[in-house]
Amino acid sequence: MFYFSVPLGKLVRRVSRLRGGGSALPGLVVEKIDPGFMQRTLSTLPLGVAVVSGTNGKTTTTKMVVELLESQGLKVFTNRTGSNFTRGVAAALLGEVDWRGRLDADVAVLELDEAHAVHFVNKVPPRYSLLLNVLRDQLDRFGEIDKTAELLQHIAAKTTGTVVLNREDPRVARIAGTVNGPEVLYFGLDDSLLSTFPNDDDMRAAPGSPVPAAPARPAADVVLRRVGADDADFEYDGATVTTAMLLRGVYNIFNAAAALTLARAISKARGTGADQAGLLAALSKVAPAFGRGESLVVDGLPLELVLVKNPSGFRLGLKSFPAAGYATMIAINDNYADGRDMSWLWDVEFDTLRDGGVDQLTGSRAYDMALRLQYDDVAIGAVDTDIAPALAAFIRGAEGKPKRIFCTYTAMLAIRRELSKITTVEVVS
Amino acid sequence: MTPETPHGLSFGHVLPPEDRAAGSKGTIRVLQLYPRDMNIYGDWGNALVLAQRLRWHGYTPELLEYNVGDQFPADVDLIVGGGGQDSGQLVIQDDLLSRESVLKGLAEDGTPMLVICGLYQLFGKFFKTRLGSVIPGIGILDVETHGTDERLIGNVTVSSPEFGNILGYENHSGQTTLGPGVKPLGTTAKGTGNNSNDGQEGARYRNIVASYLHGSLLPKNPALADFLIRTAVERKYGTFEPGTPDDSYAVLAREHAARRPR
Repeated sequence: MFYFSVPLGKLVRRVSRLRGGGSALPGLVVEKIDPGFMQRTLSTLPLGVAVVSGTNGKTTTTKMVVELLESQGLKVFTNRTGSNFTRGVAAALLGEVDWRGRLDADVAVLELDEAHAVHFVNKVPPRYSLLLNVLRDQLDRFGEIDKTAELLQHIAAKTTGTVVLNREDPRVARIAGTVNGPEVLYFGLDDSLLSTFPNDDDMRAAPGSPVPAAPARPAADVVLRRVGADDADFEYDGATVTTAMLLRGVYNIFNAAAALTLARAISKARGTGADQAGLLAALSKVAPAFGRGESLVVDGLPLELVLVKNPSGFRLGLKSFPAAGYATMIAINDNYADGRDMSWLWDVEFDTLRDGGVDQLTGSRAYDMALRLQYDDVAIGAVDTDIAPALAAFIRGAEGKPKRIFCTYTAMLAIRRELSKITTVEVVS
Repeated sequence: MTPETPHGLSFGHVLPPEDRAAGSKGTIRVLQLYPRDMNIYGDWGNALVLAQRLRWHGYTPELLEYNVGDQFPADVDLIVGGGGQDSGQLVIQDDLLSRESVLKGLAEDGTPMLVICGLYQLFGKFFKTRLGSVIPGIGILDVETHGTDERLIGNVTVSSPEFGNILGYENHSGQTTLGPGVKPLGTTAKGTGNNSNDGQEGARYRNIVASYLHGSLLPKNPALADFLIRTAVERKYGTFEPGTPDDSYAVLAREHAARRPR
């Protein structure tokens, strides 16, 4: 079996590609006929496996870690197709191994969905794990955010080398107390930036109510000190460095601190240490992953797509992208990939949109959004649950103005499809 | 009830003073119970809706909050409480028991209250976990809750004799059974509600509305919000003179929500 599984899996991969099929089928085939394929192949990597998980920012952070490590001359295997389930990893591996099943890479950096990561780490204990955050966007899937935190804790428990934790997310930072053996490193925020990252516990008391004093925090390997319009300051090894950033949004830039911490740990393990200038140069060039906060050009003017999946993300989106001068649309769907439960809209304050109002609302839950804005005294232009006509009306009505669309995941996919039909879309970053 | 202090520092969020300008038909004090620990499903939305609708009806809302260890505010006209995670329920449990008599007094006296999910359970007699340990409630509602492995999640439509159709979303693993001392809020037309057996959702007792539905509950169910407001105003001022809130978005949001799959 051992000898046939790789050629057979690769064959299935080719056939399913020809048929335009998904990326997971060949993974399923190889898993069935050769259950040891994935761990056997990954165990040959000299620097081991790094797992990236958490509620928000996995895809962009994984992309950053890969690009940072490549800047250090490492060959990196990653599940670039965005298939962040175990089967997707197996499928991605099939694409990379030669016909004899050998993988030419130094290290694997894998983005894994929280629930699937648990299965993965049971099969393949990672040398490194990077745990980003636990936010309430998947309550309809996992029930409770404490449950999600337990999933991440399990990933940490299976990690053999270094666990990298978000110092500012209490549910993630707390995992440090449960790991026994692996080294723990933190990435963190300057005190002045803490208030821009409301955590899920102090998100919604009444406005202005006092937040309990934060306990003393451990030292972090990399601290994000400042976020500018197109640059940022990071502190590590006792010095602060400024680097240009293509990435937008405070949350993305905070995840850059996470990626730096992991990339530094992996480089260190290599024995040669990290080439800091190379890391920063690579970081400054990282563009957002597909569909996660992109800047497009439509009719010669910028159109920004801001993905919003949960209250913290929406709050940060509103804070990172000031409304003045922009036409605004909000697109809220409630499909499985968006989260079916609309409660989270009530944990976001929309007062920053009050001055300019919102030009257009759309998505299957457009009227839930309208109701939410009404209670925050935000003026609403038009509402149409159907995305195609709503988008067309928005672009027509906002002629000559830069545009911004806050959208849930499946709404973003629909908007991109429509945009490519009605206009030439040029991706800027 | 003896007043303790009107405004303790830790609960004293009061809406801006301009709301108390001349022309107000009166002030209604709305207390949020444990917003810090019990706010997982957009429960703030219920408090916000009460505050805004009070304004739209011409009254002045005063929003107060009560968290673990705070002094309990005096002269409360309306109470809202939300859902929490298991950990949040553990945090508030002892404190809630220590407030049993004041809350019971208010409830028996007819104070309108809305309790959702976790606080619905703890307003009942007890919550028995899957492993058999019993968490005592404050027993205002004649209901008991048993933890299960099954999580009841999804869109819900409830048909209520008092309030018409009620729309919301449920997400709970505790299953609640009503005793003879309470009535159900309604019966489920879509979704599960209190438990997977009897098709009932929520509980009604005096002026208390208890429910598993969030979403938040009140925005899409203005009839329920106005029941709580009317009751609070009538108790305080004798009569309620309603304003004319524009509920056209609520009507459309209800229509679209009702068409969404479970």
